[in-house]
Amino acid sequence: MMTDPLLEVRNLKVSFRTEDGTVQAVDGVSLTLAEGETLGIVGESGSGKSVTMMSVMRLITDPNARFEGEVLYKGRDLMALTQDQIRGIRGAGIAMIFQDPMTSLNPVYRVGWQITEQIRAHESISSQAARARAIDLLKSVGIPHASERVDDYPHQFSGGMRQRVMIAMALSCNPDIIIADEPTTALDVTIQAQILSLIRKLRDDFGTAVVLITHDMGVVAEMADRVAVMYAGRIVEQGSRRDVFYQPQHPYTWGLLGSIARLDRPKPERLATIPGLPPSLLNLASGCAFRARCAHRFERCLETPALLDRLGNGHLDACHLEPQAKKDARAEAAPPELVEDAP
Amino acid sequence: MSTDHDGDALLRVEHVKKYFPIRKGILLQREVARVHAVDDVSFEVRPGETLGLVGESGCGKSTLARCIARLYELTSGSVVFDGRDISRLPRRRLRPVRRGLQMVFQDPYASLNPRKRVGTIISDPLRIHRQGNRGEIKRQVRRLLELVGLSPEHVNRYPHEFSGGQRQRIGVARALALHPKLVIADEPVSALDVSIRAQVINLLDDLQDELSLTYIFIAHDLGVVRHVSDRIAVMYLGKIVEISPAEELYRHPVHPYTEALLSAVPIPDPDLSDQREHIVLEGDVPSPVAPPPGCRFHPRCRYATDICSREEPPLVAHGSPDHVAACHHPLSFSRAAAAGAPASVEDA
Amino acid sequence: MLTFIVRRLLWAALVMFVISAFVFVLFFKTPGVDPARAIAGRNPSPQILGEIRHQFGLDKPFPVQYGLMMKDLFISRDLVSYSNQGVKVVPEIFAAAPATLSLVFGAAVIWVVMSIILGIAAALLRGTIVDPLLMILALIGISMPVFWAGEVANLITQSRFHDTFLFSWVPPLGYTAFTQSPVGWFTGLIIPWITLSILYIGLYARVLRANIIETEGEDYVRTARAKGLTERRVLLRHTLRGSMITYVSLFGLDFAALVAAGALLTEVVFAIHGVGLLFYQSLNNLDLPTIMAIVVYGAFFIVLASALVDIAYAWLDPRVRPT
Repeated sequence: MMTDPLLEVRNLKVSFRTEDGTVQAVDGVSLTLAEGETLGIVGESGSGKSVTMMSVMRLITDPNARFEGEVLYKGRDLMALTQDQIRGIRGAGIAMIFQDPMTSLNPVYRVGWQITEQIRAHESISSQAARARAIDLLKSVGIPHASERVDDYPHQFSGGMRQRVMIAMALSCNPDIIIADEPTTALDVTIQAQILSLIRKLRDDFGTAVVLITHDMGVVAEMADRVAVMYAGRIVEQGSRRDVFYQPQHPYTWGLLGSIARLDRPKPERLATIPGLPPSLLNLASGCAFRARCAHRFERCLETPALLDRLGNGHLDACHLEPQAKKDARAEAAPPELVEDAP
Repeated sequence: MSTDHDGDALLRVEHVKKYFPIRKGILLQREVARVHAVDDVSFEVRPGETLGLVGESGCGKSTLARCIARLYELTSGSVVFDGRDISRLPRRRLRPVRRGLQMVFQDPYASLNPRKRVGTIISDPLRIHRQGNRGEIKRQVRRLLELVGLSPEHVNRYPHEFSGGQRQRIGVARALALHPKLVIADEPVSALDVSIRAQVINLLDDLQDELSLTYIFIAHDLGVVRHVSDRIAVMYLGKIVEISPAEELYRHPVHPYTEALLSAVPIPDPDLSDQREHIVLEGDVPSPVAPPPGCRFHPRCRYATDICSREEPPLVAHGSPDHVAACHHPLSFSRAAAAGAPASVEDA
Repeated sequence: MLTFIVRRLLWAALVMFVISAFVFVLFFKTPGVDPARAIAGRNPSPQILGEIRHQFGLDKPFPVQYGLMMKDLFISRDLVSYSNQGVKVVPEIFAAAPATLSLVFGAAVIWVVMSIILGIAAALLRGTIVDPLLMILALIGISMPVFWAGEVANLITQSRFHDTFLFSWVPPLGYTAFTQSPVGWFTGLIIPWITLSILYIGLYARVLRANIIETEGEDYVRTARAKGLTERRVLLRHTLRGSMITYVSLFGLDFAALVAAGALLTEVVFAIHGVGLLFYQSLNNLDLPTIMAIVVYGAFFIVLASALVDIAYAWLDPRVRPT
């Protein structure tokens, strides 16, 4: 039924040794990304979503970091490659854009130079050809007067324009995958709409697969084909967009969806909250990481739940509750409109 | 501008302007241009209500807040708080005013002095305004901590020992120490995680009921603003473009900018998101140094015509005196419903 | 940009005036200082003192004296030393300058090269034992007073081990002009260069290391890596570039201070007749004109350097440039 996935992360674990103990930032994450697909990874700070994708690109330079697991890109395990080999993939096969375009672009070099630097790191073409391509890229991301702006410095652009520059740079070598780490969090909402619209257009034009990391469920609903919800370094729910939004299977997802102040529904008296705080990742105990804040915990939760396809339909979750118990609990916890049975 | 409640308004802001000079020159720095951060803003806030103030970067909402709180000096205009014009008071006479008007800031990591203990941070306002002796102040601090949902034992801890949400609660406790009448909250939850945001919002809600507070709630997250506000003012490039009761703003926005703003907010509902029209504004927000002539929004407005670039539209009522907007081509109710407002909200 | 430069130069002139006036007043207000007595020599009679005062204009009001001295310094350039009768001060300074410049330039080359190497090494090898070792070395370098280090160097190279093959080539203390003998110039300056640079190698290696570590954490370095650049390119073109801004600013000012007679201790210890040594002597002799001239010369250099550093900063960091 399916061709091999473009990217497959198998049981990735990332830990950091610190003075106070081991911080398990990513605790056994497995996910797949098909060609042309958009995967949304949702989580709050400390969920491990950024560390996961930074590890995929082997961008974590902390000498105290420890990695386990495999990351298969087109069949090759990225974790086993040499520095030189992974360098060849970065920016060419898999490209990344980051949250704050002001600090993510080098302030002392012109933007055209920064784009051509990337192109010439992977392809042997002349500097004129690279520059011409940079101008084309800037045009395709909607920067007006591209042939003049190519010689401007990052600080001469507005926030939204800078992010477009980053996107242009990421696309410069026609990557198979773009990882976007909170690309619009630092932007105003109307600029965010522009950038998301741009990403959609480019994705459709070039067929690039996108991993979109965000904490905003609305962005995920708008952009993703499939969604993975992360909490405390683990994926707690993963499935198609409609499955996760209309039939969420994990109490954390219910909490997340319930606590959003939404524009499309009548205003609740009080916002539903998830009591307590996210757990410390230091010396994390076994068992379900969410149980301290979960209203539905029971004895079995002391046993670490695996991310399994409990319903047999490709919708994975990591919660021990029986499917029927989940349905009942969800009906109580989440706003009633969220409970929608599959047709 | 609604004039029915003149006598009731707790805060009245009238024609406030705040310009920041840009200076250049060799020896004597001459002013060559100005940043029109706040450009003739007027509105009022009634006791017990929450006025939401929304807008994007550069719209002037934070500057306006600081002008009201006299953290900045006004370039012109007046601020009348509880019947007194506080915009021209000298520093010394301002102190008693500060007891009634407090601010909560955005960044919970930067707005608390990292070298002071939490107890000191909260008790400082009490000491400065001589509200009781040491024992009474101590008791008050404990009460305030409980009020915001923190354990009184935390009195001797330092800010860095707390999470973002807890720090924000400490900021709120400090703001409430003097029993203010008006609290200006400048993006109080923007820096917090989603699951913590709801906790702090609920807290602010509860406190408003318990202590009869009036809020000005500044945020760029429209969902949050709608949840907490009774009325909402939308700002663009230093001006107010629309003021309306909260629900009505979302169902029937009148100003095209409001429409675009609402349309840009992603909705966590896949089907709805696919179906609705996405209005994507072209270009960036223009610079407040040289705002466009006429209506400031006209370069990006899909409905703009000739008059929009010549004449600045006045803020006039639409439908009810409580709903005002400044536009030459205000959205009619039917057009608003078709274009930007979320489809599933039932009409009254 | 032009207004920027003009403004800097105007400030420079103001600073120089203030400094020179300050030194002038300080000289006369220092208790126990009576230039007339210093000039006169031993046990002068009141009559001789009076004559000297008159001859050197020391009986005129302060502002007038100051004005006259400045005029002699800048306009007629025939300011005469108090202690060395008849010797013109300005030419004396210019004659001493090449020695100082040779000393400082050579030391600067050594310290820049070495500190960059050590700074990068320590930053790259962070986490291994090499980093703290290098930093301890740097600290030792900073802590050694240059006059002590100089004397120790002299002890080793001039007396104790002078006869061994290691140091037999070291000439006696003093400066040989390049025009006179390039080899002599070079061999006479090596030990002073090394001595003077030790302090600065330590200082700048530490600064660079700290800056590199800080820049490494910047988002744009992460982006550079994500683009697939080689580690070497990331280091040289991105990390180092970001770290050098502080380095260059500090360097400009330190270098200028050294040229402006700051290398005094080194020159004294190694008997190099540069501006520093001249300054030392004139302080000992209370030779006010020479002191004033050197102060103005020094202030000029520092102000010039600070303006150049600002300009260099703007060149290095486009964000700082006036639009």
